[in-house]
Amino acid sequence: MTESAAAPARTPEEEHPLRAVVLAGGLTFEREVSLSSGTQVVEELSRAGLDAELRDADAELLPGLAAAPADAVFIALHGATGEDGALRAVLDLAGLPYVGSPAAACRLAWDKPAAKSVVRSAGLTTPDWVALPHSTFRELGAGTVLDLMVARLGLPLMVKPASGGSALGVQKISRVEDLPAAMVSCFAYGDTVMVERFVEGVEVALAVVDLGDGPQALPAVEIAPESGVFDYTSRYTPGLTEYHAPARIPDDVAARAAALAVRVHEVLGLADLSRTDAMITPDGEIHFLEVNVSPGLTETSMFPMAVEAAGHDLGDVIAQLLAGRAGRAR
Amino acid sequence: MVSAPRLPGVATLPPGSSAGPGQQGAHRGAPHPSPRHPRLDPLADRYAARTHGMKSSEIRALFSVVSRPEVVSLAGGMPAVTALPLDAVGSMIGDLVSGMGAQTLQYGSGQGDPRLRERICDVMALEGITDASPSEVVVTVGSQQGLDLVTRVFVDPGDVILAEAPSYVGALGVFQSAQARVRHVAMDDDGLIPEALEEALVECRANGDRVKFLYTVPNFHNPAGVTLTEPRREAIIALAEKYDLLVIEDNPYGLLGFEHEPMRALRARNPERVIYLGSFSKTFSPGLRVGWVLAPLAVREKLVLATEAQVLCPPSLTQYAVARYLDTQPWREQIKTFAELYRERRDACLESLSALMPAGTTWTRPDGGFYVWLKLPHGLDAKLMQPRAVNALVAYVPGIGFYADGSGQEYMRLSYCYPEPDQIREGVRRLARVVEAELDLHSTFDAVDTGTFRAVRPGPETTGSGTIVGPATSNVYEGGR
Repeated sequence: MTESAAAPARTPEEEHPLRAVVLAGGLTFEREVSLSSGTQVVEELSRAGLDAELRDADAELLPGLAAAPADAVFIALHGATGEDGALRAVLDLAGLPYVGSPAAACRLAWDKPAAKSVVRSAGLTTPDWVALPHSTFRELGAGTVLDLMVARLGLPLMVKPASGGSALGVQKISRVEDLPAAMVSCFAYGDTVMVERFVEGVEVALAVVDLGDGPQALPAVEIAPESGVFDYTSRYTPGLTEYHAPARIPDDVAARAAALAVRVHEVLGLADLSRTDAMITPDGEIHFLEVNVSPGLTETSMFPMAVEAAGHDLGDVIAQLLAGRAGRAR
Repeated sequence: MVSAPRLPGVATLPPGSSAGPGQQGAHRGAPHPSPRHPRLDPLADRYAARTHGMKSSEIRALFSVVSRPEVVSLAGGMPAVTALPLDAVGSMIGDLVSGMGAQTLQYGSGQGDPRLRERICDVMALEGITDASPSEVVVTVGSQQGLDLVTRVFVDPGDVILAEAPSYVGALGVFQSAQARVRHVAMDDDGLIPEALEEALVECRANGDRVKFLYTVPNFHNPAGVTLTEPRREAIIALAEKYDLLVIEDNPYGLLGFEHEPMRALRARNPERVIYLGSFSKTFSPGLRVGWVLAPLAVREKLVLATEAQVLCPPSLTQYAVARYLDTQPWREQIKTFAELYRERRDACLESLSALMPAGTTWTRPDGGFYVWLKLPHGLDAKLMQPRAVNALVAYVPGIGFYADGSGQEYMRLSYCYPEPDQIREGVRRLARVVEAELDLHSTFDAVDTGTFRAVRPGPETTGSGTIVGPATSNVYEGGR
């Protein structure tokens, strides 16, 4: 260890281990998933030699970070605050570097219909949709509006909250008589519901990582739920869903899927990491569904599977992202 | 130590070119020491049939927020243990280790500590069970283990268990893992309805179903909050005689009444046909995990063998702690202190419900125990409403968990045992707003008649029409960070 203060010459190995604060928990429906992601990340980072600490996003957080500053923050929060850009805006105010997309880009990606608009404007394919608040149905008549939706988008339909993840509140509706009840249960998650044309095909998760050389897609992860629907139970009960990484799709389709994910990452202004969920139709058309700025990192999550399928170590990848944000050599 | 190791693999990918042909080819053959099983669980095909209901659920996920202080939890059934004289209990337990470690830190008898079993008989005498002998008592790890033992001893897969509608969720879990079929029996404000019980017995007999026992919580029912009346106790014992029915009486709350002295237990009326489950979780501490089973000698013998196979013996230290507590502390007065505290919280809960809940909501009025059972206005579903409640920072338990048959959507359980009265009032205020918002939503969608919708064109054929109705929320880019 040199005592020289001429810092630029030092390599990361000569500095103290990078101190990372991993944020997880939060006050959202996805708290449990987030805690599971955060715990996993702390374990991986510790294994990679970092000094990593798990913290909730609560009233203790900012005073805690002021008292014991971190070199960089990793956000494993899912759901509002962590993903909608709000917490990142506060970290910006506090001058704390963090891994991941900037606040404004998160705000956009968090709003699924808004993100779909941008993605479609960029020339990419995404299923037709309509997103409406409860007040529109109340004012114009729910029957009339739903009738128009079905006539225009057809059946089956996907009904999902306009924001949020972990498949909470997502339903596939095949019979028109089930639609009003689906709207009621979906509006319990938030004030805007997105109804989307259902696309039949292979569902894939497309992880993107940028380690300083531009965004790179990792191998696609194919999702095959036993029940046919990748809902909360299928997602978080090991054994109920088959995952294939890399996906069992032709190379040219995989290449186009990878290109789509990178393009989504770019047009939405995302940084460091993202996970795009997409549907590949039998004729090879790739439909963008949504993008996650804080992808799940639990034991049953797709982002870690993609990292592993690429032959990398999750802890090393996150450590590199943290080092980049901390201003250290990657 | 390497603070941020460089990744050789990722950096060598052509920049921005994951679209290149290498994406698949480069990684497909990449060796990995332990490739993931496609289903993430190589043992997925080996699990016993009794585990098939064990799945991740949204309900559990939504509960995780209750650990945050911002949330008022009317969900958990946690006793108010801080009302105990913690210093006295602490030094008592310290003495048990320093003075009697040779016994308290050692294995003990499978049936449980004899001194504790004597004291348990004193406790049961408060509810009219005066003929119990310590030799008929088996100490268990909470009455939950007692229920599991009784179920193991009596129930084969496919057997029928009668249980109140609704029933304690922890009992339903035990019955499910025993692969029993649960037949619910209706209750009302006076507890289990004897006529409904008789109907169920006749029906089961007609179907050739073997009813192994009736499971009932007669006092301050969890979750319903109601208590079986005196005449109905007699009627149920008479039915047990008439139909050769075994009754499992689960009584964790019986001493926590607010208005009257403890009622005479079912077991006090018939020692042959009733197996009694008791617990110190609500009268002393749930963390010690000490409960018991009172059963006729032949049954006791099987229970002891079953418990030895499960846990060898109940924990010695906590058994000694309970026995010493009963020997040296004013435990009867402490139970009165608990009851007074819960009465105040029950009052806060009922008063707030009366003042704030929208019309069409009904609830039970418990005179003891921990729970209010609330029925939502017509058409509302407590599970589907749960995300809205999480947003409003209030938690409750949706009713469906208390039914083995998937019914109970319109019910929820509210626990007043743990939050302070002011928090309870705030929680009920939030809950009332949640119910109102849900009613508003229903008034928008319930009247929709999908039968009048125009002919539906199949989905795929309509693509290409460019149907976009813009996003409802703004998509303005703001400056980057």
